[in-house]
Amino acid sequence: MHEGAAPLVEVKGLKQYFDINMGFFRTKPLKAVDDVSFAIRKGETLGLVGESGCGKTTVGRTLLHLYEPTGGEIWYNGKQVVTKDDITELRKKATMVFQDPYSSLNPRMTVSDIVAEPLDIHHMYKTKQERQDRVLELMGYVGLNSEHASRYAHEFSGGQRQRIGIARSLAVNPEFIVCDEPVSALDVSIQAQVINMFDDLQDKLDLTYLFIAHDLLVVRHISDRIAVMYLGKMVELASADEIYNRPLHPYSRSLLSAVPLPDPRAARAHKRIVLTGDIPSPLNAPSGCPFRTRCPYAKEVCAQSMPPFEEVETDHFVACHRLKEIS
Amino acid sequence: MTLLEVNDLRTSFFTDAGEVKAVNGISFQLDRGKVLGIVGESGSGKSVTAYSIMRILAPTGKIVGGSIKLDGQEIVGADEKTMHGIRGNKVSIIFQDPMTSLNPTYTVGHQLMEGIMLHTPRNKKQARERALEMLRLVNVNEPEKRLQQYPFELSGGMRQRVMIAMALACEPDILIADEPTTALDVTIQAQILELMQDLQKKLGMAIILITHDLGVVAQMCDEVIVMYAGSICEQGTADEVFYNPRHEYTKGLMRSIPTADNNGQRLQPITGTPIDLLNMPKGCPFAPRCEKAMKICLTQPPSRMIINEYHYAECWMNVKEQLEGAADSQEESQHA
Repeated sequence: MHEGAAPLVEVKGLKQYFDINMGFFRTKPLKAVDDVSFAIRKGETLGLVGESGCGKTTVGRTLLHLYEPTGGEIWYNGKQVVTKDDITELRKKATMVFQDPYSSLNPRMTVSDIVAEPLDIHHMYKTKQERQDRVLELMGYVGLNSEHASRYAHEFSGGQRQRIGIARSLAVNPEFIVCDEPVSALDVSIQAQVINMFDDLQDKLDLTYLFIAHDLLVVRHISDRIAVMYLGKMVELASADEIYNRPLHPYSRSLLSAVPLPDPRAARAHKRIVLTGDIPSPLNAPSGCPFRTRCPYAKEVCAQSMPPFEEVETDHFVACHRLKEIS
Repeated sequence: MTLLEVNDLRTSFFTDAGEVKAVNGISFQLDRGKVLGIVGESGSGKSVTAYSIMRILAPTGKIVGGSIKLDGQEIVGADEKTMHGIRGNKVSIIFQDPMTSLNPTYTVGHQLMEGIMLHTPRNKKQARERALEMLRLVNVNEPEKRLQQYPFELSGGMRQRVMIAMALACEPDILIADEPTTALDVTIQAQILELMQDLQKKLGMAIILITHDLGVVAQMCDEVIVMYAGSICEQGTADEVFYNPRHEYTKGLMRSIPTADNNGQRLQPITGTPIDLLNMPKGCPFAPRCEKAMKICLTQPPSRMIINEYHYAECWMNVKEQLEGAADSQEESQHA
């Protein structure tokens, strides 16, 4: 759909380490994101999946310079983001929707102040009336009406709060939105409403999304391409259909086969690849390929070096030493 | 053989704002060795149903009507001493969050052995043996080492295994699992679900699995109950409920989840927001969100309608369809 479109956001060798205090003035780097590269094309939705602690949220936050990256480059619209001015400019174009609609809205602000906060920060109106009009327009986009504007966040249900968070993220007329698990705190029936809204807004406002989630059925539904992460590394990246129908990396395969299908007959017939063992702590990540401790195909070479993240077929990237032998 | 029989159970919470009818007249049966799934959204009363069976409701909560019979024995109104004999021995429960349901200040071994010594005539040494045996049963590696460890030293999946070991140590007839995998990652969830299936086959207990994930239900359950606003809207075998849903809410749920079939299409969400339990409508609780709501839905709560031997639904649409069907066949016979 968006093949050939120029990349809007590009990340090269992104690293984000956090220093963890080990006592006695010793610190140890936690490699939350380690050497990750990818590009998001204009108008597409890139899904980012992985289990807790794999670094998917950190990628999203670092992308917007909410964390100062430890290493690597972030490019936006063909320009590298380096200086403070670059970052301010970036944040007028790129915004974020957070996971938890309860803690991400200030309980002491009215809905109209929450939605208008980005406008205040970036001085994006001249008169009070202009501000108010813009707030109502934004609330209209997400299916809220003017009577909601003067209320406080606690008066709303989870789904409505998430709509407020989305209205806020749209305030600066962004081109790109990082959606960090935007529907995982919502009930199933509400989840579908919000997913549809993301779809509609994308068409209407020509948005590009990085959609971070752990619910693989939701990610498949909304994404054009999907990236899979494990312990700070990206292990596979391909179109959504390709990942679902023909996952190549052993981790992607087991992750997809672990998804419980809402269909009893299919579930009975389904052969699941159940991984043994737990996800290692990112503080003590295994040498070489991070997945080797749970991988059924691991060999010596996997412990020695991290496999390169290569384009094995057109638009299908995988990082696995043993790909040729196992596929 | 019926093991658990719940009849017109009503549980309310008495708050400053008024009475919240969290469970509003539900009835179901559970047979030995079966897996029953209870699905519903937050606030639908699925956890409160479980807590009512265990009699572990919060102080503001009270069973205000109905009966719960376990192996013929009435639980509603039973004294605490009787309940001590039932909890753990006959019914056990595991909770959603394995971190907060284990005591952080005691070792895993202490917590495992405590229950065993309370409920069975074992001394400390025998209880330790039993604890080790249980940890091996739930595939915890290095069980001797784990006994000495504190909950924070274990991963989420490992903690949930310990919880399961604890719940099964006294060989209960029924295991209630309240969202046992919601806090876990997908690959760990697959491990725990497989473990529960294995243990169920090995030990032959019945399981009540409470979840909001229809995928988990499809994988695990023989029978399914769908709850909405404290009532059961639909109940039947998993195949009946998934392939022949007869309540508009169940149908809506099935349409609103992304699957392989509706990929690339728009999802069809259920409109509106979940109901406020303090202001329950007069008729069917789902009527305000139901696209097909009729006049009767707004005024009269639907009664339990029998679809077939394995399937019930509380939805007036079934009566309408039946009447229409009857009218059609009458017309046909007139034409003939």
